[in-house]
Amino acid sequence: MKELLKLSQISVSFEGFLALNDLNLSLQAGELRAVIGPNGAGKTTFLDVISGKVAPSTGDVIFKGQSIRGKREHRIARLGIGRKFQSPRIFENLTVYENLVLAISKPKTPWSLLLDRLSKKQKDQADHLMNIISLQSQKNSLAGSLSHGQKQWLEIAMLVGQDPDLLLVDEPVAGLTDEETDLTADLLKSLSGNHTILVIDHDMEFIRRLNSQVTVLHQGHVLCEGSMEDIQKNPQVIEVYLGQPEEEEG
Amino acid sequence: MKKTFKITGWVSWLVWVGIIALIIAAPSFLPVFRLNLLGRYLSLAIAALGVDLIWGFTGLLSLGQGIFFSLGGYCIAMFLQLNTSSDLPNRIPEFFSLYGIQSLPFFWEPFKSPLFTIFSIFIIPSLVAGFLGFLVFRNRIKGVYFSILTQAALLVFFNFFNGQQKLINGTNGLKTDVTQLFGQIVGSDSMQRYFFWITAILVILSWLFTRWLVRDRFGDILIGIRDDEARVRFTGYNPTLFKTIVFSIAGGLAGISGALYTVQSGIVSPQFMTVPFSIEMVIWVAVGGRGTLLGAILGAVTINYAKSLVSEALPASWMFIQGGMFILVVTALPEGVLGWLQGSGPRNLLSRLGISRTLPTYPDLEARESKGVNSQ
Repeated sequence: MKELLKLSQISVSFEGFLALNDLNLSLQAGELRAVIGPNGAGKTTFLDVISGKVAPSTGDVIFKGQSIRGKREHRIARLGIGRKFQSPRIFENLTVYENLVLAISKPKTPWSLLLDRLSKKQKDQADHLMNIISLQSQKNSLAGSLSHGQKQWLEIAMLVGQDPDLLLVDEPVAGLTDEETDLTADLLKSLSGNHTILVIDHDMEFIRRLNSQVTVLHQGHVLCEGSMEDIQKNPQVIEVYLGQPEEEEG
Repeated sequence: MKKTFKITGWVSWLVWVGIIALIIAAPSFLPVFRLNLLGRYLSLAIAALGVDLIWGFTGLLSLGQGIFFSLGGYCIAMFLQLNTSSDLPNRIPEFFSLYGIQSLPFFWEPFKSPLFTIFSIFIIPSLVAGFLGFLVFRNRIKGVYFSILTQAALLVFFNFFNGQQKLINGTNGLKTDVTQLFGQIVGSDSMQRYFFWITAILVILSWLFTRWLVRDRFGDILIGIRDDEARVRFTGYNPTLFKTIVFSIAGGLAGISGALYTVQSGIVSPQFMTVPFSIEMVIWVAVGGRGTLLGAILGAVTINYAKSLVSEALPASWMFIQGGMFILVVTALPEGVLGWLQGSGPRNLLSRLGISRTLPTYPDLEARESKGVNSQ
């Protein structure tokens, strides 16, 4: 497999506080990777660095063989990195269809949006995505009127509509019911293969269901990597993280 | 705020039939004085369309539209002054002799050309707006900070124009009513009638243009920038570019508006760059209805017409009425009059008064929403 993303020796400092500390990580094309870690481990900052929201103090981010460090967010998005936020971020005053169309439209320039017509293929893709997330019947509803779970899915569908090589997914099941969580896990699994996906979450059941490689972050550093079973056996991980949720579940 | 420019059938038709009937009938029943007032207020509607575009859709509250409005006014006034000064000593406008200026300042030269002037009326303000906008937007200055910056820019321009007697007659401004165009006096009744028609046509063209801008994906992105700029960015769009373009277009519209206003009021002066005037433009749009375009036109025309009628009857009371109107809109009609009419406002009012008993029911709400109609 080909390496799609490589973070080498990334440090991010917020006024002296090291949110990320010498972080190294590499992702293969087509991989589904889960990243877990206790609160304050730097999970969201880690996504901020990849998507260009935060510039690393040191280190480099290589995507498809090219450094994306210091590039602006929309440039990185156009290179093929899509991002889903922790709480659903969609355009609430636009309809479901309009939301998807904005994600699908290409090229993303003002002139193209004004002068080009949406191709048949793009319209079909919007319909296809609405089918996947079962929102076909709410095509013309304002996205703001959707339920929390539907908003999460709409945002994931918008992400897929952008046709990125790498999807960064931040806590996709926060606030979802168990059933919705299962469906989301299936949705992400079905997307991997064609897409490389990096998922961040707290929910252990959800991560287990993804059945993927897991990376554990702790204090801005990669603590360990491996399958869910390996991780659960790792004494260090149990100490910093896994112990508590296990107890809560019991 | 809702996406409200998808105007529901009857309101839109009613308004348009009303506007067009008014425009066609106005010259035959209004005395020239009133016609001239209506023409002025229609020209202000063009600036209001620009404010709606940047504020109502894109969420950029500019308190400095007076800059671009005045630039448009100065462009046409310089041309008219030059057009009339061929018989004067040195062939330069009369006021220069007061300050002992013998030759035309260099930047007046191109305004000898009517063609250049026509283009400059919207191109110069939109270039200035685009430049200012780009600097501000590139540094991701948003919200209140953007508003303060635009107001500060307005004050800078005001002080510059106010102080430059030798360049553009400073605080006195440039008069246009006694100048000549096509051999006629600009302030004459017949010329003013032409200007009314030109204004009416340009208002409709500006409306069609802004509507074309916002009706599809471009407008959707503007709303996206207003509601969640970060999402727009991570979706692969460059908000700086979109905001600069829209701000520049609004500047151009303000320029056209200023030029038309100048020729119909007879003078352009730094008074157009005072702070209250630019804030009034925002009030017209807020009262008419943000994000409706048509509301901006209605707001500009009716508020200004009311202002002149009230000021004639009860001088000094207008400021109270205007302030009260703004408070009413902010507290009771956050979507403006047109936004309220298009939403469930009239139905709620009727049912509160006991005239209509139909209350919105759940399936009805769903049906309304699925048509993309405002339902809150």
